[in-house]
Amino acid sequence: MKICVLIKQVASEDSPLIINSDKSGIESDGINLITNEPDTYALEEALLLKEQSDGEVVICSLGPESCNQVIKDALAKGADRAIHIVSDNHDKLSPLNIAKTIYEKIKPENFDLILSGLQSNDFGFSQIGIIISELLNCSHASLVMGTEILSDSTIKVKRELENGWFQWSELNLPASLSIQSGINEPRYSTLKGIMSVKNKPVDSCNSSDIVSNLDNGYSLKEVSIPVKTKETIKIEGSTDEIVEEMINVLKNNIKVI
Amino acid sequence: MKIITFIQTENNKINPMSLEALCASQKICESSNGENHIVVFDSELAKELQKYKSSSIIVIKNNQLENYNPLYYLEAMNQINNQINPDLHVFAHSYETRDWVPRLSAKLDIPFISDCTNYNFDSKLSVSRPIYNAKLNQEIQIESSKAIISFQAGSFSKDNLTLEESTINTNISCDLNSVQDLIKPGDKFQESAGGVDLTSAELILSIGRGIGKEENIPLVQDLANKINAQIGASRPVVDAGWLEHSRQIGSSGQTVSPKLYFSVGISGAIQHLVGMKGSKYIMAINKDPNAPIFEIADYAIVGDVLEIIPKLTESL
Repeated sequence: MKICVLIKQVASEDSPLIINSDKSGIESDGINLITNEPDTYALEEALLLKEQSDGEVVICSLGPESCNQVIKDALAKGADRAIHIVSDNHDKLSPLNIAKTIYEKIKPENFDLILSGLQSNDFGFSQIGIIISELLNCSHASLVMGTEILSDSTIKVKRELENGWFQWSELNLPASLSIQSGINEPRYSTLKGIMSVKNKPVDSCNSSDIVSNLDNGYSLKEVSIPVKTKETIKIEGSTDEIVEEMINVLKNNIKVI
Repeated sequence: MKIITFIQTENNKINPMSLEALCASQKICESSNGENHIVVFDSELAKELQKYKSSSIIVIKNNQLENYNPLYYLEAMNQINNQINPDLHVFAHSYETRDWVPRLSAKLDIPFISDCTNYNFDSKLSVSRPIYNAKLNQEIQIESSKAIISFQAGSFSKDNLTLEESTINTNISCDLNSVQDLIKPGDKFQESAGGVDLTSAELILSIGRGIGKEENIPLVQDLANKINAQIGASRPVVDAGWLEHSRQIGSSGQTVSPKLYFSVGISGAIQHLVGMKGSKYIMAINKDPNAPIFEIADYAIVGDVLEIIPKLTESL
Protein backbone atom coordinates (compact mmCIF):
# COMPACT_ATOMS: atom_id res chain seq x y z
CA MET A 1 0.00 0.00 0.00
CA LYS A 2 1.24 3.39 -0.92
CA ILE A 3 -0.50 5.78 1.45
CA CYS A 4 -0.64 9.57 1.47
CA VAL A 5 -1.63 11.38 4.66
CA LEU A 6 -2.82 14.97 4.41
CA ILE A 7 -1.69 16.95 7.41
CA LYS A 8 -2.51 20.53 8.28
CA GLN A 9 -0.80 22.83 10.73
CA VAL A 10 -3.28 24.77 12.87
CA ALA A 11 -3.41 26.97 15.96
CA SER A 12 -3.62 24.92 19.14
CA GLU A 13 -6.81 24.91 21.19
CA ASP A 14 -5.27 27.14 23.88
CA SER A 15 -3.84 29.75 21.51
CA PRO A 16 -5.12 33.31 22.01
CA LEU A 17 -7.37 34.24 19.10
CA ILE A 18 -7.01 37.98 18.59
CA ILE A 19 -8.66 39.41 15.50
CA ASN A 20 -6.19 41.43 13.41
CA SER A 21 -6.66 45.10 12.54
CA ASP A 22 -8.19 44.57 9.07
CA LYS A 23 -10.44 41.84 10.47
CA SER A 24 -9.20 39.37 7.88
CA GLY A 25 -8.02 36.78 10.37
CA ILE A 26 -6.17 36.41 13.64
CA GLU A 27 -2.90 37.85 14.92
CA SER A 28 -0.10 35.33 14.51
CA ASP A 29 1.70 36.51 17.66
CA GLY A 30 1.41 34.05 20.50
CA ILE A 31 -0.15 31.35 18.35
CA ASN A 32 1.11 27.88 19.13
CA LEU A 33 1.15 25.89 15.88
CA ILE A 34 0.46 22.16 16.08
CA THR A 35 -0.70 19.27 13.93
CA ASN A 36 -4.46 19.42 13.40
CA GLU A 37 -5.64 16.86 15.95
CA PRO A 38 -7.99 14.89 13.65
CA ASP A 39 -5.04 14.43 11.25
CA THR A 40 -3.07 12.58 13.93
CA TYR A 41 -5.67 9.79 13.76
CA ALA A 42 -5.30 9.67 9.97
CA LEU A 43 -1.52 9.34 10.34
CA GLU A 44 -1.87 6.60 12.95
CA GLU A 45 -4.30 4.68 10.73
CA ALA A 46 -1.85 4.96 7.81
CA LEU A 47 1.00 3.64 9.96
CA LEU A 48 -1.18 0.73 11.15
CA LEU A 49 -2.18 -0.10 7.58
CA LYS A 50 1.45 0.00 6.50
CA GLU A 51 2.38 -2.41 9.28
CA GLN A 52 -0.23 -4.86 7.97
CA SER A 53 0.55 -4.65 4.30
CA ASP A 54 3.98 -3.12 3.93
CA GLY A 55 4.43 -0.14 1.65
CA GLU A 56 5.04 3.52 2.16
CA VAL A 57 3.48 6.38 4.13
CA VAL A 58 3.96 9.82 2.59
CA ILE A 59 2.98 13.03 4.36
CA CYS A 60 1.59 15.91 2.34
CA SER A 61 1.14 19.30 3.92
CA LEU A 62 0.20 22.62 2.34
CA GLY A 63 1.15 25.69 4.31
CA PRO A 64 3.94 28.11 5.21
CA GLU A 65 7.57 27.28 6.09
CA SER A 66 6.49 26.64 9.68
CA CYS A 67 4.79 23.43 8.53
CA ASN A 68 8.29 21.91 8.70
CA GLN A 69 7.56 21.13 12.30
CA VAL A 70 4.37 19.10 11.79
CA ILE A 71 6.09 17.29 8.92
CA LYS A 72 9.04 16.41 11.16
CA ASP A 73 6.67 15.18 13.86
CA ALA A 74 4.93 12.89 11.40
CA LEU A 75 8.23 11.57 10.04
CA ALA A 76 9.40 10.92 13.60
CA LYS A 77 6.29 8.83 14.23
CA GLY A 78 7.14 6.62 11.27
CA ALA A 79 6.13 8.21 7.97
CA ASP A 80 8.70 7.53 5.23
CA ARG A 81 8.87 10.82 3.40
CA ALA A 82 7.02 14.08 2.92
CA ILE A 83 5.78 16.57 0.39
CA HIS A 84 5.64 20.16 1.55
CA ILE A 85 3.65 22.47 -0.69
CA VAL A 86 4.84 25.83 0.55
CA SER A 87 2.11 28.44 0.55
CA ASP A 88 2.02 31.67 2.51
CA ASN A 89 -1.59 32.45 1.69
CA HIS A 90 -2.99 29.01 2.44
CA ASP A 91 -5.53 30.52 4.83
CA LYS A 92 -6.93 32.60 1.96
CA LEU A 93 -7.42 29.64 -0.39
CA SER A 94 -10.80 27.92 -0.74
CA PRO A 95 -11.05 24.19 0.02
CA LEU A 96 -11.52 23.56 -3.72
CA ASN A 97 -8.31 25.43 -4.58
CA ILE A 98 -6.30 23.77 -1.82
CA ALA A 99 -7.55 20.39 -3.02
CA LYS A 100 -6.73 21.21 -6.66
CA THR A 101 -3.19 22.19 -5.69
CA ILE A 102 -2.62 19.03 -3.64
CA TYR A 103 -4.19 16.92 -6.39
CA GLU A 104 -1.85 18.30 -9.07
CA LYS A 105 1.14 17.53 -6.87
CA ILE A 106 0.19 14.03 -5.74
CA LYS A 107 -1.43 12.77 -8.95
CA PRO A 108 1.83 11.31 -10.40
CA GLU A 109 2.43 9.36 -7.17
CA ASN A 110 -0.51 7.00 -7.84
CA PHE A 111 -1.31 6.48 -4.16
CA ASP A 112 -3.53 3.54 -3.18
CA LEU A 113 -4.95 5.46 -0.24
CA ILE A 114 -5.23 9.10 0.73
CA LEU A 115 -6.04 9.65 4.39
CA SER A 116 -7.12 12.90 6.02
CA GLY A 117 -8.62 14.01 9.31
CA LEU A 118 -12.37 14.61 9.29
CA GLN A 119 -11.94 18.36 9.52
CA SER A 120 -9.48 21.06 10.46
CA ASN A 121 -9.80 22.75 13.82
CA ASP A 122 -9.33 26.19 12.29
CA PHE A 123 -11.64 26.65 9.29
CA GLY A 124 -13.41 23.32 9.51
CA PHE A 125 -14.75 23.05 5.96
CA SER A 126 -14.20 19.25 6.00
CA GLN A 127 -13.88 18.94 2.23
CA ILE A 128 -10.28 18.49 1.05
CA GLY A 129 -9.93 14.69 1.04
CA ILE A 130 -13.30 14.22 -0.61
CA ILE A 131 -12.73 16.83 -3.30
CA ILE A 132 -9.44 15.10 -4.12
CA SER A 133 -11.31 11.81 -4.65
CA GLU A 134 -13.48 13.49 -7.27
CA LEU A 135 -10.47 15.04 -9.00
CA LEU A 136 -8.76 11.63 -9.03
CA ASN A 137 -12.05 9.97 -10.04
CA CYS A 138 -11.63 7.43 -7.27
CA SER A 139 -13.72 6.17 -4.36
CA HIS A 140 -13.98 7.86 -0.98
CA ALA A 141 -15.51 7.45 2.47
CA SER A 142 -15.98 9.99 5.23
CA LEU A 143 -16.07 9.62 9.03
CA VAL A 144 -14.23 6.32 8.87
CA MET A 145 -14.23 4.41 12.17
CA GLY A 146 -12.45 1.26 11.00
CA THR A 147 -10.51 -0.11 8.04
CA GLU A 148 -9.91 -3.59 6.70
CA ILE A 149 -7.89 -4.29 3.58
CA LEU A 150 -9.67 -6.93 1.49
CA SER A 151 -7.29 -7.24 -1.46
CA ASP A 152 -4.85 -5.26 -3.57
CA SER A 153 -7.77 -3.50 -5.14
CA THR A 154 -10.42 -3.22 -2.42
CA ILE A 155 -10.79 -1.96 1.14
CA LYS A 156 -13.67 -2.23 3.60
CA VAL A 157 -14.37 0.73 5.87
CA LYS A 158 -16.73 1.25 8.79
CA ARG A 159 -18.43 4.62 8.55
CA GLU A 160 -20.13 6.57 11.27
CA LEU A 161 -23.56 7.83 10.22
CA GLU A 162 -25.95 10.09 12.08
CA ASN A 163 -28.13 9.13 15.05
CA GLY A 164 -25.95 6.27 16.21
CA TRP A 165 -25.94 4.28 12.97
CA PHE A 166 -22.92 2.73 11.28
CA GLN A 167 -22.24 1.13 7.93
CA TRP A 168 -19.52 -0.97 6.35
CA SER A 169 -18.75 0.06 2.78
CA GLU A 170 -16.55 -1.62 0.23
CA LEU A 171 -14.37 0.69 -1.81
CA ASN A 172 -12.30 0.12 -4.90
CA LEU A 173 -8.75 1.36 -4.58
CA PRO A 174 -7.47 3.98 -4.89
CA ALA A 175 -9.62 5.56 -2.21
CA SER A 176 -9.62 8.74 -0.18
CA LEU A 177 -10.71 8.31 3.43
CA SER A 178 -11.52 11.00 5.96
CA ILE A 179 -10.85 9.50 9.36
CA GLN A 180 -13.07 10.05 12.41
CA SER A 181 -11.27 11.06 15.58
CA GLY A 182 -11.00 8.30 18.17
CA ILE A 183 -10.58 5.47 15.61
CA ASN A 184 -7.19 4.55 17.14
CA GLU A 185 -4.69 5.77 19.69
CA PRO A 186 -2.07 7.90 17.99
CA ARG A 187 1.44 6.82 18.97
CA TYR A 188 4.18 9.00 20.37
CA SER A 189 7.43 9.33 18.50
CA THR A 190 10.40 7.38 19.79
CA LEU A 191 13.91 8.70 20.16
CA LYS A 192 14.94 6.45 17.28
CA GLY A 193 12.12 7.89 15.23
CA ILE A 194 13.19 11.43 15.98
CA MET A 195 16.80 10.57 15.03
CA SER A 196 15.62 9.10 11.71
CA VAL A 197 13.94 12.31 10.56
CA LYS A 198 17.09 13.88 9.15
CA ASN A 199 17.52 10.97 6.73
CA LYS A 200 13.97 11.12 5.42
CA PRO A 201 13.36 13.06 2.20
CA VAL A 202 11.11 16.13 2.14
CA ASP A 203 10.07 17.30 -1.32
CA SER A 204 9.50 21.00 -0.89
CA CYS A 205 7.82 22.92 -3.69
CA ASN A 206 6.05 26.20 -4.13
CA SER A 207 2.27 26.17 -4.36
CA SER A 208 2.23 28.88 -7.03
CA ASP A 209 4.50 26.73 -9.23
CA ILE A 210 1.86 23.97 -9.17
CA VAL A 211 -1.32 25.93 -9.81
CA SER A 212 -1.53 29.67 -10.29
CA ASN A 213 -4.22 32.31 -10.73
CA LEU A 214 -6.62 30.61 -8.39
CA ASP A 215 -9.93 32.36 -7.88
CA ASN A 216 -11.92 31.31 -4.83
CA GLY A 217 -15.23 32.60 -6.13
CA TYR A 218 -15.82 34.31 -2.81
CA SER A 219 -14.26 36.97 -0.64
CA LEU A 220 -13.73 37.08 3.08
CA LYS A 221 -15.58 40.09 4.46
CA GLU A 222 -14.59 39.86 8.08
CA VAL A 223 -13.79 37.75 11.08
CA SER A 224 -15.72 38.57 14.24
CA ILE A 225 -16.47 37.38 17.74
CA PRO A 226 -19.82 35.57 17.83
CA VAL A 227 -22.59 37.70 19.25
CA LYS A 228 -24.48 36.03 22.02
CA THR A 229 -28.11 36.06 20.97
CA LYS A 230 -29.62 34.47 24.02
CA GLU A 231 -30.25 36.14 27.33
CA THR A 232 -29.17 33.80 30.09
CA ILE A 233 -30.83 33.98 33.47
CA LYS A 234 -28.56 32.88 36.30
CA ILE A 235 -30.09 30.93 39.15
CA GLU A 236 -27.94 31.57 42.21
CA GLY A 237 -27.93 31.18 45.97
CA SER A 238 -27.74 28.33 48.44
CA THR A 239 -28.62 24.83 47.19
CA ASP A 240 -32.09 25.20 48.71
CA GLU A 241 -32.65 28.56 47.05
CA ILE A 242 -31.40 27.24 43.72
CA VAL A 243 -33.69 24.22 43.87
CA GLU A 244 -36.68 26.35 44.83
CA GLU A 245 -36.08 28.73 41.92
CA MET A 246 -35.51 25.84 39.50
CA ILE A 247 -38.89 24.37 40.43
CA ASN A 248 -40.49 27.77 39.99
CA VAL A 249 -38.96 28.10 36.49
CA LEU A 250 -39.89 24.56 35.47
CA LYS A 251 -43.46 25.09 36.66
CA ASN A 252 -44.25 28.66 35.73
CA ASN A 253 -41.85 29.72 32.96
CA ILE A 254 -41.14 26.59 30.97
CA LYS A 255 -44.30 24.82 32.15
CA VAL A 256 -43.03 21.27 31.93
CA ILE A 257 -44.02 20.13 35.41
CA MET B 1 -31.25 33.87 -7.15
CA LYS B 2 -32.26 30.61 -8.69
CA ILE B 3 -31.89 28.06 -5.92
CA ILE B 4 -31.96 24.28 -5.67
CA THR B 5 -32.60 22.98 -2.16
CA PHE B 6 -31.81 19.33 -1.63
CA ILE B 7 -34.01 17.43 0.82
CA GLN B 8 -32.28 14.45 2.40
CA THR B 9 -34.44 11.43 3.14
CA GLU B 10 -33.82 8.12 4.82
CA ASN B 11 -36.07 5.29 6.05
CA ASN B 12 -39.12 6.99 4.52
CA LYS B 13 -38.50 10.13 6.54
CA ILE B 14 -37.50 13.66 5.67
CA ASN B 15 -34.34 14.67 7.49
CA PRO B 16 -35.43 17.49 9.84
CA MET B 17 -32.17 19.38 9.20
CA SER B 18 -33.15 19.58 5.53
CA LEU B 19 -36.36 21.38 6.49
CA GLU B 20 -34.30 23.92 8.41
CA ALA B 21 -32.16 24.41 5.30
CA LEU B 22 -35.36 24.80 3.28
CA CYS B 23 -36.44 27.53 5.66
CA ALA B 24 -33.13 29.31 4.95
CA SER B 25 -33.47 28.89 1.19
CA GLN B 26 -37.07 30.16 1.26
CA LYS B 27 -35.79 33.31 2.94
CA ILE B 28 -32.87 33.73 0.51
CA CYS B 29 -35.30 33.21 -2.36
CA GLU B 30 -37.59 35.89 -0.99
CA SER B 31 -34.86 38.46 -0.33
CA SER B 32 -33.32 37.90 -3.78
CA ASN B 33 -36.71 37.71 -5.50
CA GLY B 34 -35.69 34.41 -7.05
CA GLU B 35 -36.79 30.84 -7.57
CA ASN B 36 -36.44 27.95 -5.18
CA HIS B 37 -36.69 24.40 -6.49
CA ILE B 38 -36.75 21.49 -4.08
CA VAL B 39 -34.96 18.30 -5.13
CA VAL B 40 -35.93 15.02 -3.51
CA PHE B 41 -35.21 11.40 -4.43
CA ASP B 42 -38.29 9.92 -2.74
CA SER B 43 -41.63 10.36 -4.54
CA GLU B 44 -43.76 9.55 -1.47
CA LEU B 45 -42.03 12.14 0.67
CA ALA B 46 -42.30 14.66 -2.17
CA LYS B 47 -46.04 14.78 -1.40
CA GLU B 48 -45.28 15.74 2.19
CA LEU B 49 -43.09 18.56 0.92
CA GLN B 50 -45.93 19.99 -1.18
CA LYS B 51 -47.19 22.02 1.75
CA TYR B 52 -44.03 24.13 1.81
CA LYS B 53 -43.64 27.07 -0.53
CA SER B 54 -41.33 26.39 -3.48
CA SER B 55 -41.14 27.07 -7.21
CA SER B 56 -41.38 23.33 -7.86
CA ILE B 57 -40.52 19.99 -6.30
CA ILE B 58 -38.23 18.05 -8.58
CA VAL B 59 -38.63 14.34 -7.94
CA ILE B 60 -36.13 11.89 -9.32
CA LYS B 61 -37.31 8.33 -9.09
CA ASN B 62 -34.52 5.88 -9.72
CA ASN B 63 -33.75 2.57 -8.02
CA GLN B 64 -30.13 3.61 -7.64
CA LEU B 65 -31.17 6.57 -5.49
CA GLU B 66 -33.32 4.65 -3.03
CA ASN B 67 -30.42 4.09 -0.69
CA TYR B 68 -27.67 6.64 -0.33
CA ASN B 69 -24.65 6.08 -2.52
CA PRO B 70 -22.43 9.15 -2.98
CA LEU B 71 -21.53 8.50 -6.62
CA TYR B 72 -25.15 8.05 -7.74
CA TYR B 73 -26.31 11.09 -5.79
CA LEU B 74 -23.46 13.06 -7.32
CA GLU B 75 -24.31 12.14 -10.90
CA ALA B 76 -28.03 12.74 -10.35
CA MET B 77 -27.36 16.20 -8.93
CA ASN B 78 -24.90 16.93 -11.72
CA GLN B 79 -27.59 16.20 -14.31
CA ILE B 80 -30.25 18.16 -12.42
CA ASN B 81 -27.81 21.07 -12.20
CA ASN B 82 -27.27 20.99 -15.94
CA GLN B 83 -31.01 21.04 -16.63
CA ILE B 84 -32.04 23.66 -14.05
CA ASN B 85 -28.86 25.75 -14.08
CA PRO B 86 -29.22 27.21 -10.56
CA ASP B 87 -27.11 29.98 -9.03
CA LEU B 88 -27.13 28.36 -5.64
CA HIS B 89 -27.37 24.87 -4.18
CA VAL B 90 -28.57 24.68 -0.56
CA PHE B 91 -28.03 21.68 1.71
CA ALA B 92 -28.33 20.82 5.40
CA HIS B 93 -24.84 20.32 6.84
CA SER B 94 -25.47 16.68 7.67
CA TYR B 95 -22.97 13.83 7.69
CA GLU B 96 -24.41 12.77 4.35
CA THR B 97 -23.83 16.23 2.88
CA ARG B 98 -20.28 16.18 4.20
CA ASP B 99 -19.82 12.85 2.46
CA TRP B 100 -20.82 13.72 -1.10
CA VAL B 101 -21.30 17.45 -1.63
CA PRO B 102 -17.54 18.24 -1.68
CA ARG B 103 -17.45 16.00 -4.78
CA LEU B 104 -20.26 18.07 -6.31
CA SER B 105 -18.18 21.18 -5.69
CA ALA B 106 -15.28 19.61 -7.59
CA LYS B 107 -17.48 18.21 -10.35
CA LEU B 108 -19.24 21.53 -11.01
CA ASP B 109 -16.05 23.47 -10.24
CA ILE B 110 -17.88 25.89 -7.95
CA PRO B 111 -17.14 26.83 -4.33
CA PHE B 112 -18.82 24.98 -1.48
CA ILE B 113 -19.15 27.05 1.68
CA SER B 114 -20.04 24.50 4.29
CA ASP B 115 -21.41 24.71 7.83
CA CYS B 116 -23.05 28.14 7.55
CA THR B 117 -25.16 29.48 10.39
CA ASN B 118 -26.65 32.58 8.80
CA TYR B 119 -26.89 34.59 5.59
CA ASN B 120 -27.35 38.14 4.44
CA PHE B 121 -28.54 39.23 1.02
CA ASP B 122 -27.67 42.69 -0.24
CA SER B 123 -27.33 42.44 -4.04
CA LYS B 124 -24.84 39.65 -3.28
CA LEU B 125 -25.21 36.70 -0.92
CA SER B 126 -23.05 36.61 2.19
CA VAL B 127 -22.94 33.78 4.66
CA SER B 128 -21.44 33.50 8.11
CA ARG B 129 -19.90 30.38 9.56
CA PRO B 130 -18.06 29.44 12.74
CA ILE B 131 -14.29 28.99 12.68
CA TYR B 132 -11.76 27.90 15.33
CA ASN B 133 -14.29 25.58 16.97
CA ALA B 134 -16.93 28.30 17.03
CA LYS B 135 -14.75 30.72 18.98
CA LEU B 136 -14.90 33.12 16.01
CA ASN B 137 -17.14 33.73 13.02
CA GLN B 138 -16.20 34.50 9.45
CA GLU B 139 -18.39 36.28 6.97
CA ILE B 140 -17.95 35.25 3.35
CA GLN B 141 -19.38 37.06 0.33
CA ILE B 142 -20.07 34.91 -2.68
CA GLU B 143 -18.59 36.48 -5.82
CA SER B 144 -18.91 33.64 -8.32
CA SER B 145 -22.09 33.22 -10.31
CA LYS B 146 -22.64 29.75 -8.85
CA ALA B 147 -22.02 28.29 -5.42
CA ILE B 148 -23.04 25.64 -2.92
CA ILE B 149 -23.81 26.34 0.73
CA SER B 150 -24.83 24.12 3.65
CA PHE B 151 -26.49 25.17 6.90
CA GLN B 152 -25.60 23.82 10.33
CA ALA B 153 -28.33 22.11 12.35
CA GLY B 154 -30.40 24.55 14.38
CA SER B 155 -29.44 27.64 12.36
CA PHE B 156 -33.00 28.03 11.13
CA SER B 157 -36.22 26.64 12.51
CA LYS B 158 -38.61 24.45 10.57
CA ASP B 159 -41.40 26.21 12.51
CA ASN B 160 -40.67 29.28 10.37
CA LEU B 161 -41.20 27.55 7.02
CA THR B 162 -43.54 29.38 4.68
CA LEU B 163 -46.55 27.24 3.85
CA GLU B 164 -48.04 27.34 0.35
CA GLU B 165 -49.04 24.50 -1.95
CA SER B 166 -46.18 23.49 -4.28
CA THR B 167 -46.36 21.48 -7.47
CA ILE B 168 -44.41 18.35 -8.21
CA ASN B 169 -42.27 18.25 -11.33
CA THR B 170 -41.37 14.79 -12.61
CA ASN B 171 -40.06 15.96 -15.97
CA ILE B 172 -36.42 16.08 -15.00
CA SER B 173 -34.73 12.83 -15.85
CA CYS B 174 -31.44 11.33 -14.86
CA ASP B 175 -29.55 8.56 -16.56
CA LEU B 176 -27.29 6.95 -14.00
CA ASN B 177 -26.04 4.04 -16.11
CA SER B 178 -22.63 5.60 -16.56
CA VAL B 179 -21.90 5.69 -12.81
CA GLN B 180 -19.01 3.43 -11.84
CA ASP B 181 -19.59 1.14 -8.86
CA LEU B 182 -16.47 2.23 -6.98
CA ILE B 183 -18.30 2.48 -3.66
CA LYS B 184 -20.56 -0.29 -2.37
CA PRO B 185 -22.32 0.77 0.83
CA GLY B 186 -23.44 -2.08 3.07
CA ASP B 187 -26.41 -2.29 5.41
CA LYS B 188 -26.76 0.26 8.17
CA PHE B 189 -26.56 -1.03 11.71
CA GLN B 190 -26.54 0.18 15.31
CA GLU B 191 -23.91 -0.97 17.79
CA SER B 192 -26.31 -1.33 20.70
CA ALA B 193 -29.60 -3.15 20.45
CA GLY B 194 -32.83 -1.23 20.99
CA GLY B 195 -32.09 2.33 19.96
CA VAL B 196 -33.76 5.22 21.72
CA ASP B 197 -35.38 7.89 19.59
CA LEU B 198 -34.88 11.17 21.37
CA THR B 199 -35.87 13.32 18.41
CA SER B 200 -39.51 13.50 19.46
CA ALA B 201 -38.91 13.82 23.22
CA GLU B 202 -40.48 16.85 24.93
CA LEU B 203 -38.12 16.77 27.89
CA ILE B 204 -34.52 15.61 27.81
CA LEU B 205 -32.29 15.32 30.82
CA SER B 206 -28.80 14.99 29.46
CA ILE B 207 -25.77 13.74 31.33
CA GLY B 208 -22.17 14.86 30.85
CA ARG B 209 -18.79 14.04 32.28
CA GLY B 210 -19.53 16.36 35.23
CA ILE B 211 -21.60 13.58 36.78
CA GLY B 212 -18.24 12.17 37.90
CA LYS B 213 -18.76 8.43 37.74
CA GLU B 214 -21.10 5.77 36.44
CA GLU B 215 -22.49 5.12 39.94
CA ASN B 216 -24.00 8.62 39.97
CA ILE B 217 -26.17 8.06 36.90
CA PRO B 218 -29.15 6.73 38.96
CA LEU B 219 -29.36 10.13 40.68
CA VAL B 220 -30.25 11.69 37.35
CA GLN B 221 -32.40 8.73 36.38
CA ASP B 222 -34.52 9.30 39.53
CA LEU B 223 -35.11 12.90 38.52
CA ALA B 224 -35.92 11.85 34.94
CA ASN B 225 -38.54 9.39 36.24
CA LYS B 226 -40.09 12.07 38.38
CA ILE B 227 -40.42 14.69 35.64
CA ASN B 228 -41.05 12.17 32.89
CA ALA B 229 -37.93 13.05 30.91
CA GLN B 230 -35.82 11.00 28.53
CA ILE B 231 -32.15 10.53 29.37
CA GLY B 232 -29.58 11.87 26.90
CA ALA B 233 -25.79 11.91 27.06
CA SER B 234 -22.71 13.67 25.77
CA ARG B 235 -20.05 11.79 23.84
CA PRO B 236 -17.55 11.29 26.73
CA VAL B 237 -20.25 9.58 28.82
CA VAL B 238 -21.06 7.21 25.97
CA ASP B 239 -17.39 6.61 25.16
CA ALA B 240 -16.84 5.67 28.81
CA GLY B 241 -19.66 3.12 28.50
CA TRP B 242 -21.87 4.71 31.18
CA LEU B 243 -24.82 5.05 28.80
CA GLU B 244 -25.63 3.43 25.47
CA HIS B 245 -24.67 5.10 22.22
CA SER B 246 -28.29 5.55 21.18
CA ARG B 247 -28.63 8.21 23.89
CA GLN B 248 -25.80 10.32 22.53
CA ILE B 249 -26.70 13.83 21.48
CA GLY B 250 -24.53 15.86 19.13
CA SER B 251 -23.02 15.62 15.69
CA SER B 252 -22.18 11.93 16.09
CA GLY B 253 -25.44 11.19 17.90
CA GLN B 254 -28.96 12.50 17.64
CA THR B 255 -30.07 16.05 16.88
CA VAL B 256 -32.85 17.00 19.24
CA SER B 257 -35.13 19.98 19.79
CA PRO B 258 -37.26 19.29 22.88
CA LYS B 259 -39.27 21.84 24.79
CA LEU B 260 -36.71 21.61 27.58
CA TYR B 261 -33.13 20.44 27.33
CA PHE B 262 -31.82 20.09 30.85
CA SER B 263 -28.09 19.45 30.80
CA VAL B 264 -26.34 18.08 33.83
CA GLY B 265 -22.57 18.34 33.97
CA ILE B 266 -22.13 18.95 30.25
CA SER B 267 -19.51 21.56 29.33
CA GLY B 268 -20.82 21.99 25.78
CA ALA B 269 -18.26 21.20 23.08
CA ILE B 270 -19.41 22.47 19.68
CA GLN B 271 -20.07 18.88 18.54
CA HIS B 272 -22.58 18.59 21.37
CA LEU B 273 -24.13 22.03 20.93
CA VAL B 274 -25.05 21.45 17.29
CA GLY B 275 -27.16 18.51 18.42
CA MET B 276 -29.29 20.40 20.93
CA LYS B 277 -29.13 24.13 20.39
CA GLY B 278 -32.49 24.07 18.60
CA SER B 279 -34.20 23.21 21.91
CA LYS B 280 -36.91 25.63 22.98
CA TYR B 281 -35.50 26.06 26.49
CA ILE B 282 -32.07 25.09 27.76
CA MET B 283 -31.34 24.74 31.46
CA ALA B 284 -27.77 23.87 32.39
CA ILE B 285 -25.95 22.94 35.55
CA ASN B 286 -22.16 22.92 35.52
CA LYS B 287 -19.52 23.70 38.08
CA ASP B 288 -17.38 25.65 35.59
CA PRO B 289 -18.83 29.17 35.12
CA ASN B 290 -17.01 29.44 31.77
CA ALA B 291 -18.50 26.26 30.31
CA PRO B 292 -19.62 26.96 26.71
CA ILE B 293 -23.04 25.43 27.46
CA PHE B 294 -23.89 28.62 29.39
CA GLU B 295 -23.46 30.65 26.18
CA ILE B 296 -26.64 29.12 24.81
CA ALA B 297 -28.50 28.36 28.04
CA ASP B 298 -31.69 30.18 29.05
CA TYR B 299 -31.18 29.22 32.66
CA ALA B 300 -27.68 28.79 34.06
CA ILE B 301 -26.86 27.18 37.36
CA VAL B 302 -23.22 27.20 38.44
CA GLY B 303 -22.93 24.51 41.06
CA ASP B 304 -22.42 20.92 42.08
CA VAL B 305 -24.62 18.52 40.15
CA LEU B 306 -24.41 15.91 42.91
CA GLU B 307 -25.82 18.34 45.46
CA ILE B 308 -28.50 19.99 43.36
CA ILE B 309 -29.98 17.03 41.51
CA PRO B 310 -30.93 14.83 44.50
CA LYS B 311 -32.32 17.87 46.29
CA LEU B 312 -34.40 18.79 43.26
CA THR B 313 -35.77 15.25 42.92
CA GLU B 314 -36.65 15.24 46.60
CA SER B 315 -38.41 18.61 46.45
CA LEU B 316 -40.62 17.80 43.48
